[in-house]
Amino acid sequence: MIKIKNISKSFKDKVVLNSISGEFEKGKTNLIIGSSGTGKSVLLKCIVGLLPPDSGNVFYDLRNFTEADKDVKSEIRREIGMLFQGGALFDSKNVEENVRFPLDILTTMPMDEKMDRVNFCLKRVGLENVNKKMASEISGGMKKRVGIARAMVNNPNYLFCDEPNSGLDPQTSILIDELILEITHEYDITTIVVTHDMNSVLGIGEKIMFLYKGNMLWEGTNHDITHSGVKELDDFVFINKVMRSLKGKTID
Amino acid sequence: MKEFGKYMMFLGTLLVRRETFATYYKLVIEECMQIGVKSIWLFVLVSTFMGAVTTVQTAYNLVTPLVPRYVISQVVREMTVLELAPTIMAIIFAGKIGSSMAGGLGTMRITEQIDALEVMGINSSSYLVLPKIIASMIMYPMLVIFAGVCSIVGGYLVGVFTGILTPTEYILGIRSVFNDYTITFALIKSFVFAFLISSISSFKGYYTQGGALEVGIASTEAVTSSVIAVLLADYFLANLLL
Repeated sequence: MIKIKNISKSFKDKVVLNSISGEFEKGKTNLIIGSSGTGKSVLLKCIVGLLPPDSGNVFYDLRNFTEADKDVKSEIRREIGMLFQGGALFDSKNVEENVRFPLDILTTMPMDEKMDRVNFCLKRVGLENVNKKMASEISGGMKKRVGIARAMVNNPNYLFCDEPNSGLDPQTSILIDELILEITHEYDITTIVVTHDMNSVLGIGEKIMFLYKGNMLWEGTNHDITHSGVKELDDFVFINKVMRSLKGKTID
Repeated sequence: MKEFGKYMMFLGTLLVRRETFATYYKLVIEECMQIGVKSIWLFVLVSTFMGAVTTVQTAYNLVTPLVPRYVISQVVREMTVLELAPTIMAIIFAGKIGSSMAGGLGTMRITEQIDALEVMGINSSSYLVLPKIIASMIMYPMLVIFAGVCSIVGGYLVGVFTGILTPTEYILGIRSVFNDYTITFALIKSFVFAFLISSISSFKGYYTQGGALEVGIASTEAVTSSVIAVLLADYFLANLLL
């Protein structure tokens, strides 16, 4: 479980996050949603420690990450897997080396065990026979899958996904969403996904936090997002005809 | 001053939370290949012509018959060892390797590859930059020695084949009044320049923000700042050590 308490962050005079608190549950896909520029990615970066919050604390299973020293932070980070918006694969390495990278750096595992694990993870994300391809030679969807394989290769306790569907076609988006959901349940990990894709919200939003202009306005699940009664959330959700047809209904 | 303070803090981060020796060893070897081996031909080309041009121009300026012709190769030697090989090659090094370091790190920054390393609990500056600095400090002095030899050979070839001076005169000039401290001085300079170019270029690339345009700007700034630092260091080292 990850808990955040009164997280605030400003860039110069612009307040991006205003005292955000909440809990992200283990074994569930926790979504942070909101329009562009509302602070979702900044909140995610504060949670993983890529940006220091101005105030507030982040707790990883009761361990205070924000106030921890560098060594403790480093230890916690080794329990983290993260899928970046563009995949963030290392250009100089092929698919296999990218996925193996956390094992090479963080473990003393023998090479054959590493390769078994790498092949297992690649198979798990539906990628086989691409081991030797360079990152620049594969499609956007495949990059995301390789990113997921790299994030899960070291058996993380926490999985973070920053806009996993951006730039993907709807079919691939759904596959990536399903993969994230399956991995979360299978390994019983705490997953946080930042997205503004309504298909993801309805499909995998087991717990949802809605941000609006740096404030948290609503928390709930995909089952009750269509009847939240929050105007800003309704404006975000019911943006098209298809979604408007779901207004007031409970999603199964 | 703020930028200088940030640079010093950046250097400090290279030495904390390091990875294993084996990790660095592999990375340093890879960087040595990239920095040294792949730059050899450029250094051979530039330094050979540099020696050749120095020979022709020195001969052109020596109009009095009172000065023996072997002085030409003596001038080539002194200029090559003291200035051309370590300093002019440093400017070439900044243009080729420095811009490549800044561009590479800048691209890694804007494509979130550096963030990916940080999230894994890896000290990204130490992992990415320290091997570049170590490899530069190993390879650049070697390139300087190589460039010095090529420059003197270039001067010999042009001097002898164009009839400016005989092989005996050239060799006599190279050997006469030789002070081996100049070699030590050139090597000290090359270590310092390698450190300055690799660390400044990495610093510029590592803190790139924005997109492709900013990566280009970082590369340009890396070369400009490195060259200025090299010239300043050249002056101070000459005052200090000669």
